[in-house]
This record gives sequence, structure tokens and C-alpha cells, in this order.
Amino acid sequence: MKMQNNPEGLGIYVHIPFCVRKCNYCDFLSFTAAKETKEAYFDALKREMDSYCGAGHQKPRTIYFGGGTPSSVEPEYIEDILCHMKKCFSIDIWKQLEVTLEVNPKTVDSKKWKQYKQMGINRISMGLQSTHEEELKLLGRIHDYDDFLESFYEAREAGFDNISVDVMAALPGQSLEKYKETLERVVLLQPEHISSYSLIVEEGTPFEKLYGEGAPKEHMLPDEELDRKMYQLTQKLLKDHGYHRYEISNYAKPGRESKHNSSYWERIPYIGLGLGASSFFDGKRYQNTSDMKQYLKHSQDRNIRVVEEEVIGRKEAMEEFMFLGLRKTKGVLKSDFKHFFGTEMENIYGTVLKSLSAQQVLIEEEDVVRLSEYGLDVSNMVLSHFLLEEER
Amino acid sequence: MIEQSKIRNFCIVAHIDHGKSTLADRIIEKTGTLTSREMQAQVLDNMELERERGITIKAQTVRIVYKAKDGEEYIFNLIDTPGHVDFNYEVSRSLAACEGAILIVDAAQGIEAQTLANCYLALDHDLEILPVINKIDLPSAEPDRVKAEIEDVIGLDTENAPLISAKMGLNIEDVLEQIVQQIPAPSGELNAPFKALIFDSIYDAYKGVIVFCRVFDGRVKKGTRMRMIATGAEADVVEVGTFGAGQFIPCEELTAGMVGYITASIKNVRDTRVGDTITDADNPCDEALPGYKKVNPMVYCGMYPADGSKYPDLRDALEKLQLNDASLQYEPETSIALGFGFRCGFLGLLHLEIIQERLEREYNLDIVTTAPSVIYKVYKTNGEVIEITNPSNLPDPSEIDHMEEPIVSAEIMVTTEFVGPIMTLCQERRGVYLGMEYIETTRALLKYDLPLNEIIYDFFDALKSRSRGYASFDYELKGYEPSTLVKLDILINKEEVDALSFIVHSETAYERGRKMCEKLKTEIPRHMFEIPIQAAIGSKVIARETVKAMRKDVLAKCYGGDISRKKKLLEKQKEGKKRMRQVGNVEIPQQAFMSVLKLDEE
Repeated sequence: MKMQNNPEGLGIYVHIPFCVRKCNYCDFLSFTAAKETKEAYFDALKREMDSYCGAGHQKPRTIYFGGGTPSSVEPEYIEDILCHMKKCFSIDIWKQLEVTLEVNPKTVDSKKWKQYKQMGINRISMGLQSTHEEELKLLGRIHDYDDFLESFYEAREAGFDNISVDVMAALPGQSLEKYKETLERVVLLQPEHISSYSLIVEEGTPFEKLYGEGAPKEHMLPDEELDRKMYQLTQKLLKDHGYHRYEISNYAKPGRESKHNSSYWERIPYIGLGLGASSFFDGKRYQNTSDMKQYLKHSQDRNIRVVEEEVIGRKEAMEEFMFLGLRKTKGVLKSDFKHFFGTEMENIYGTVLKSLSAQQVLIEEEDVVRLSEYGLDVSNMVLSHFLLEEER
Repeated sequence: MIEQSKIRNFCIVAHIDHGKSTLADRIIEKTGTLTSREMQAQVLDNMELERERGITIKAQTVRIVYKAKDGEEYIFNLIDTPGHVDFNYEVSRSLAACEGAILIVDAAQGIEAQTLANCYLALDHDLEILPVINKIDLPSAEPDRVKAEIEDVIGLDTENAPLISAKMGLNIEDVLEQIVQQIPAPSGELNAPFKALIFDSIYDAYKGVIVFCRVFDGRVKKGTRMRMIATGAEADVVEVGTFGAGQFIPCEELTAGMVGYITASIKNVRDTRVGDTITDADNPCDEALPGYKKVNPMVYCGMYPADGSKYPDLRDALEKLQLNDASLQYEPETSIALGFGFRCGFLGLLHLEIIQERLEREYNLDIVTTAPSVIYKVYKTNGEVIEITNPSNLPDPSEIDHMEEPIVSAEIMVTTEFVGPIMTLCQERRGVYLGMEYIETTRALLKYDLPLNEIIYDFFDALKSRSRGYASFDYELKGYEPSTLVKLDILINKEEVDALSFIVHSETAYERGRKMCEKLKTEIPRHMFEIPIQAAIGSKVIARETVKAMRKDVLAKCYGGDISRKKKLLEKQKEGKKRMRQVGNVEIPQQAFMSVLKLDEE
């Protein structure tokens, strides 16, 4: 029995692995590339898309161009992909779709913005990270605060009325004050959506060598106490300015939550196109190769392109329902659980719910199960309880 | 039949690491019992564990034929003895089976605590002692100094003492010749009733118990109805034989003076206690050989399977180990924190460690042990006297009149520069100073009475670290003495954890309680709530630490590409929890239960 709880639609993610330069903390698949590689890549993307044509799937509801820096390539490439997608996935009414493009300051100009608008992009996610020059430098960003402001205004001018801004907390040496300033400056611009992430020092990044475990500057990272203060500040300050927290790191004005990202936590199927992209489709989670040469050559051939695959059975689906759904501040519904799995949540997770409620990290309110504020802070520990024993 | 005049029964005694097993191997090799190709290093240390640790745990015996320079062939029975104070009784029984002993002394280190202890033990049994200076190949070897030391301290003539290197195979011939010339032949009565000493016994799945014995008088063969005098057990002899290297060689009969084995379909080594006398049930000897005693465990601890469902496996494993080891005791017990397990009794801490390692290696079990305890005698106000091996069973203080704890007489040999630190250590451990003897000008023998419960934790480690490894140590049980002891309880998140309780002297209780709390604070991971750790005597809390609540444990980003990774992370977290013990709301890692053992680590 397939356990797909996809009430509506399909998400499509397109990975653009190109950047002007790689940031010091970034562990995403991205690099600078020559024109020929880009051309070959977009060809390969279209071939991969073709392999999905005609497969019995739901109508796309959201499209998301992530990276890398999708805005660093010529807009024509993006447009070409969108056109191809329209045919391939039989999209007729563009308006109802959420089509997001990740943009970094200093890679766009007013001409590009107009093109994006025309081709049907209707949501922008801008990577700002900080409004302080020294922090931007530390992160290895190519832009300064002014570059961001310029891009932001240009986007507004071009008619974009759904913009998200990314900022980062818990940067090395960052004080609560500095972080607060960044937030205050951002809310003055009144974007529709703000994401704030605590820095994660990822393996294999330049940051790991500096701030990783046992590295010389590890002590520069804010301690847990300060990190939590930053999160609490984020919540309070953004709330005061009309943003509500709807997920661990995401804040939005009413109705402006990211539909695409929410679909990950709601287990709506998605197709990830491109190098190293992940999909949740046809009852499986799988990932494309991260080897560019291989991808360019074999993107149309699922057997070669897909390198990791996991079948999501009933047990896995239940686990995901809980550990993904509980990332959302509104939590999950017991009635949904019953609807998808045909059994009461208590039958599977009764003891876990009880013990976590007793520890005040989980809140049960009639049909709703959600994490408390503290439960969100220690969510890994809480969510690990929802993994089930192997069925025999 | 073998003439007694051609038999030499001897053992080798030495301080640990002075080369006992290596010399035994060389003797076996030289006499051609095995070719060097067949020799696996240290033939006599059979168990993997013995070879690894370089210690002998069970007595081993080998029969060797040596063609001496006088042209005659001699039978050597070499009985290799255990080399640790925990097994002193076994050593004494092995010695009782011999007429002579080779005393090995390291040419660089000279006499050590166990050299003396073992040598005196051998003298007690009227053995002819043959001093041998080993490791003369070492650059730091000073054979002349060591010879003088042996003459001064022990009073043995060392003029003819062979100077050897067992490792290099140097001058082994000298040792062999001296065995023939110096060690007396046995002189039993062939026609007297059968009389033999059990110096070891092992369990074999096919043959049942195999008794290792030394025949003093008479003879034994297949069909003899044998009786163990102390245990009263009787059985018909199925097979007798002698010891090859690593194998049993059946023979017609064992006669006075011989060393060999007997099998008789005996099911349990408890019927064939080391030190007991065997005789012929139909024609018994007048009296038993002297020196038998039932050895009792001195150190107890709880042993629990890390995985509760492995309880039956642990029981089976202990049962099997006990077949071979009469001194191992166990009985079921339960702990609120650790579930079902066993209270096990051991001869000493090394014995405990060996059993634990064997359970883990040979039986593939993950074991959680609680802090070791000694046997306390509790005199209750109602006149009753009880023995306590598990701190949890201590009666309420209002019912206790007074308590007694076991005391050992200890001898510590140390170079003079470390006398100060070692005396400090002994004082810290409530030692009573009895005296000091100088052995030469550079070394001293310290004598102390020490409470056993102060040395079963980490005394040996502390001794080594405070003397840069030079101190050596030997002890024997002296008796019981009254002591002001208290039970120290550990409360985690306000709940008493029975498996962490221990009995301690009232003066050191505060210090131990504090260290225990500090240690547990580092062992217990942070939870979603604050966890107080308290040490208490009765209702009085004497130390407290707090494990702070986890503030942050969150993955900031979880989008399409992160989901599989996120799940792996959560799985890892869950896996870690499995290796924990749940006490109330708190998960305690298993190694925390052993942390009491290592309180003195800096």
C-alpha cells in the first residue's frame, strides 16, 4: 500500500549549481563554471525533465529555483527551463503557482528583474545574511549591504510583491546587538517573509577549518545561551513587526508562508531536477548524482542519474509525518494521522506523546500536537523519539 | 613403572614479569618436548587472555623428559603457578605438590614484593629453592648485585645460581642440570594406601572434570573408587594420565611421586576442590594432606547484562565459567536501575576483571558491573550478625549496633625515593603503619594494615602512578576490625539509584561523595531538564552537582535535500539512547555505573 499524503499538487525544485564565488560556510553543490558547462547543464536539465513527461503525476503547485545562485546565470536559461516545464508538466494557469527564484545581491540589475517578472517568477528569496560589512566579509559574500538594498528596491520596482530575506544568526564573534541591528534594518524594508538560520559549521567548508570542533577559532562561535537569545529575540522582534514563526527558522506575514518549503514538511511529493537534487516521488526518496560529468551525460537515464534511493513504507511515512510535521509551529493533526494511516496516533506514539508532554517539550491540544517553544529549541532530541523500531 | 629417583617435581616462582612463563617455554623447548616450530610463544598460558595480559591465571602443568649429562633420563613435572596475589591459595597448593622451586629474579629489577612473598611461601612448604638470575641480556642487568641481594635478603646461596636469558635461550642447560642435581626426588610409599593432592581441576565437556594431582603414596588406575576427603565426593576412575605440552596422555597408572590427571565422570569442579586429598575409597589413607581450606571470595560486585534480554545468556555463561573456577560465586539479584543480574564473588579485583573480560570475549556479552564491594559484618542491635556483600542490603542505621570490615596485611616494596608518596597514599587509604625494612640502601619494604575496601578500587593504579611504576605489592587477609562505616547513596534527579550506592568509611564519605557527583556530572548527558546529582548519607545530602538542561539541539534547515540526512541524525541520536539505562526520567550511560572505580583519576 502506498502511503502518499499528497492532498494537492506537486513541487518542483530546480538546482542551479553555479555561483560567482563560493561562500565560506556553504556546503551546497555549487561552483563557478564556464559558459559551455552552463549550456550543457541546462540541456541536461531539460532531458531529465523529459524523463518525467507523461508519468502519472499531480499538477505542479510550486516551482523553486535554488542553488548555488540561480540569479548568476543569464535569465534566458531560466526562462527556457520554465517554458520546457510548461509543456512537460502541462501547466496551463501560471498564476496559481508559487514560482520562487533565489537571488543574491550584485548578480542582478533592473533588466534582469523585468525578465524574471515576465517569465512568471512571482516570489523572490534574497540572501542577505547580515547588514554588517565585516560579517558579510567573514562569510565570504560578494556583496555589501548597499548592494542588497539596491537589489531589493529594484525588485520592488519591477513589481515583486512576495520577497523573502535570509539572515544568519550565531556567526563567529557576533554580538546580540549586531544581530538585532540586522533584524531591525530588515524589518524596516517590510519583506513578506524572513528566514533566520543559526550558522551550521558544515564539514568540508573553510569555516570548518576555522570554527569546527577543536579548530583554532572555535571559541569565537556564540555559546548555546547566546544562540538561544538570538532565536528568542528573532521571534519577539519579528512578531512585533507582524511576522509569525511558522517553522523553526521561518517567519512570514499572514498568508505569506513559503508554500514550496512547507510542502517538504507536509510530505507533499516533489521532483528535484538537477545535480545532486533530491526527490520525494512515487513513494520513494531519492537523490541525483553529484558528479557533474555523469549528470551531463546521463541526466535522462534514471538508473544512472539516481544514486541513493529509499522506499518510504508505512513505518517511514509515519516517522516522517511526525518529525517533519512537528517542525511547523502549528504542529500536526491527529485526525490527519488517522486519515493517512488508518490508525490513531496514540496507537503508535501513545507513550512517546505522554512522556514528551510530561517533559513539556510537546503540547497536545485536542486534535493538535505541536512542540513547545523549548521543544523547538531541542527538537532533534524530541523528534528522535518518533523513530520506530524495525518491524519484524 | 617410573622410578621415583628419576622424577623431579618443581615449580617456578617469581614476581610478575620476571620471566616465569618464558623460562617454562625454554625448558619445554630445550628438552625437545616440542620443536621450536610447534612452540607458540608461552605454551603454558593457554587462554588468549593470559597471553595478552602476560599473566598466568590457571595453574598449568607439563611433563618433560630430560636426558641429563649423567646419561640418565629424568622426568620433570613442571607446575606453572598463577602469578597474582588473588590466587595465592592456588599457588600454595601447587607448591605443596612439588619438592623444589626455581626462584627467578630479574637481573635488573632485583627482588620485588612477590619475589619475597612467593619465596617465603615456597620455604613454608620446605621446598628446595633454586635461585636463577634472568634477563642478563638487558643492558641494565646487574647480576652480581642481584645475587648479593638474594643472599642478604632471603639467605639463599647464589654461588651456583644460573645466569640466564630465558628470552634469548641463554644458559638454560644450567637450569636443567641443577634441577636434576639440587631438587630432591620424591619419596612416597608405593605400597601405602593411595593418597594424592589436588592442585587444580578443569572442566571438559567430554570428559567431565579433569583433576590435576600429585600422587604422594600408593597408586591409582582405571576402576579405582576414589574419594575426595574434604568434600566427601566419590567416583570411579575412568582414565589416568600425564601432561604433554597442551595435551593429555593417558597411561596405565599413576604411582607415588608422579604428577598427572584423573578423570572420573565428575560433573562439577566444586567436588574437586583445590587442596583436597584424594584417596582410595576401598582402602583409604589414615589422614588427609595438610593445608586444605575452602577459598572464599573477597570481592563482590553486581554483574548485569547491558541488554536486559541477555539475562539467560549471562546465567549460562556464569554457569560454564564456574565449572572451571570453583572460586567464582554468583547468585541472582535485582536492581531497580539495572534490572536482573547477579551478585558475583571473586578472589580479588584481578579475578573480577578476568571474569568480566571472559564474559565479554568468550560469551560475547556486554556487561555492566557495579562498584565492587567487600564483605562487611553487620552487628545488629538485636544481636544478629549478618554479612553484607551488596550495599543496598545494608539494614537501616537504627538497627545497626556496629560494623566490621576486612583488613589485609600488605607489603609494599618500593625504591626509597618514593617511600614518602607511598606512605601518603597508604595514609589516605586509612592504612596503619607497621614498619619498614630496608633491602639494600635503595629499597624499602613497607608494611601496612589496610582496609580491603580501600584497595579494591584503584589502589594498584595509584601505587604504580605514585612510584613511576616501581612499587610492587602483596597482601593477605588478616581479619575483621570494627569500623565506622556508612552507606553512601546517590540520587539522580531526586531518585536513589541503588546500583550506585556504596559503603565507605565515615571520614572519607564526604570526599568520595563529592568526587562521585563530579564524575557522574561528566558522564550523564544533558537532558531536556536540569538534573540534580546528590550524594547522601541517610537523609542528609553531603554533595551536589547539577547537569544543566540542554539549551539547544536543533537543525536550523530542513528542506528537500536535508530530509534523509536529518533522519540519519535522529537515528544516531536514538541509537545512543539504547546504550543508556533509564532511571526515572533520566538516561544514564552504562559506563557511569563503573565510574566509582575511577574516582582518583586526575
